[in-house]
Amino acid sequence: MKRTPIYGMMAEFDSPSDLVAAARRTYEAGYQKIDAYSPFPIEELAEAIGFHSNAVPLVVLIGGLIGCLSGYALQYWISVITYPINVGGRPLHSWPAFIVVTFEMTILFAGLAAVLGMLALNGLPMPYHPVFNVPRFAFATKDRFFLMIFSTDPKFNPVDTRRFLEGLGPRSISEVPS
Amino acid sequence: MDEPRQSAPVIEPGHTFATVTDKISSIVLTRPTSNGWFVGFGLAFLVFMGGLYAIGYLFVRGVGIWGVNIPVGWGFAIVNFVWWIGIGHAGTLISAILLLLRQSWRNSINRFAEAMTLFAVSCAGLFPILHLGRPWLAYWLFPYPNTMNVWPQFRSPLVWDVFAVSTYFTISLLFWFIGLIPDLATLRDRSENRAARIIYGMLAMGWRGSARHWSRYETAYLLLAGLATPLVLSVHTVVSFDFAISIIPGWHTTIFPPYFVAGAIYSGFAMVLMLAIPIRKIYGLEDFITDRHLNNSAMVMLATGLIVAYGYGIEAFMGWYSGNRYDSFLLWNRLHGPYAPLYYLLLICNIGIPQVLWIRKLRTSPLGLFLVSGVILVGMWLERFIIVVVSLHRDFLTSSWGMYYPTRWDWLTYIGTIGLFLSAMFLFVRILPMISIFEMRTLLPQAEVKPE
Repeated sequence: MKRTPIYGMMAEFDSPSDLVAAARRTYEAGYQKIDAYSPFPIEELAEAIGFHSNAVPLVVLIGGLIGCLSGYALQYWISVITYPINVGGRPLHSWPAFIVVTFEMTILFAGLAAVLGMLALNGLPMPYHPVFNVPRFAFATKDRFFLMIFSTDPKFNPVDTRRFLEGLGPRSISEVPS
Repeated sequence: MDEPRQSAPVIEPGHTFATVTDKISSIVLTRPTSNGWFVGFGLAFLVFMGGLYAIGYLFVRGVGIWGVNIPVGWGFAIVNFVWWIGIGHAGTLISAILLLLRQSWRNSINRFAEAMTLFAVSCAGLFPILHLGRPWLAYWLFPYPNTMNVWPQFRSPLVWDVFAVSTYFTISLLFWFIGLIPDLATLRDRSENRAARIIYGMLAMGWRGSARHWSRYETAYLLLAGLATPLVLSVHTVVSFDFAISIIPGWHTTIFPPYFVAGAIYSGFAMVLMLAIPIRKIYGLEDFITDRHLNNSAMVMLATGLIVAYGYGIEAFMGWYSGNRYDSFLLWNRLHGPYAPLYYLLLICNIGIPQVLWIRKLRTSPLGLFLVSGVILVGMWLERFIIVVVSLHRDFLTSSWGMYYPTRWDWLTYIGTIGLFLSAMFLFVRILPMISIFEMRTLLPQAEVKPE
């Protein structure tokens, strides 16, 4: 990653509709390394910045499968191999009795995978991030909507990018120091 | 909304992103802690300390201080375990099942309902551990390599319960915490106090509301809801297996799983209302927890209450229809035995009085609903008492019949966990946003993206 004194250029908007429209236009103008920040999830926004699918479902599936298999294997190993107890001649591999714990382990592992996977893919926890250097960014968790063009974008140029963002009709524009 | 009959809105008109944020976050950040809070928390904490005293005495003397005996080996401990864990179920129902069903009215009550779940499951989890006799060896319940070279018996419902309840607690905690992250970021950015900013900042883990993050977040949240939905149904099912897998008359029935789950949601919604009604009054949250929420919760109670009534009916019917003399004796014993007054009280509390919820006016009357909810909580506690004690005290052999009388230590432990629950709730409303701020923002009309 090339190091530049600025991290990117950020524009502030008043409403989710403005942000989505601006994000769309930015993406269509050829900027690729962009991001948008909002105080609540906006379905259209990820699409607008060109983020189409995420890996969370795959992580959850893998977590669930690991939980399911390890839960069953644990019970099989304990009940059949390492600690077999003969109760009235009933089979050691009494699989119907193992379903409950297998199910619970599936849910447990899938749930942990969902949360930890989401955090890991998002790169969280990350206590420091350059966007927090912009004082107005504190409103991103309240009622303001931000669009960001990163300086690593090939099209990025401090003067042109600022002019471009101004054309989107934002409330304010800030340079994000690196 | 898409239901024209619903007159009351989910959120009162006139709110903006900023007012919603300010109103909810100011309760935590700027509102001075009232004397009422200190008195309430102090009382709850005192009661909790009483419970800890009873638990301490239990550690010293053993379960002999309780009323449990042979034949009634499962006294208050199991009654209270089932009661508490049932209460927890409404929180998951509201946060997960109603999310999947796109019931957006849930957004203003899910946060504290989830907190309620967490604290109720904590209280529930205490009881089986205390009931072990040697509670300090509770970790033996988990499969771990040990020098004794023994392993848990996976064909036992009691071991299933360990897995079900601990998974339930973990998933509830995750669900609650993941929902809190964006709101913790709001508190971090709005707090004037440096220490609070650091603490909320650490907990928010650097959340910045990026569109990519939100996209993954929403996926994870939905998947977690999808996982929690079968989980919550499984937990009370497994709790009912503790009874139904045995051969005791009154326990050995196939109706138990659905009837337990319905009863759990019934009592859970009663607890949600008992918490929501005073909270919305004290903190002036009538704009967010509207009459619509009260009405909907009351209707859920009415529906689940009728399922529970059906369960009682089937139990009685099978007692007669099965022709099994032990089953029919159980029915006779419930109606005429030494605990009969409790059974009639149960019928009044769970089936009789809640029928007033058919009256629309009562469903939106806070005081009326509060009282009915209290009655239902008592009724559901009695139900578990009847199931546990009445079934056990007279089983197959008359020579092994007995009676169960709870001791003062039973009562003190039970009331102590209510103190623990309320203390935790008091702390929760004081230090965390009790309504999900970001989900409330999505309910506003401004949140909708207009096409260009």
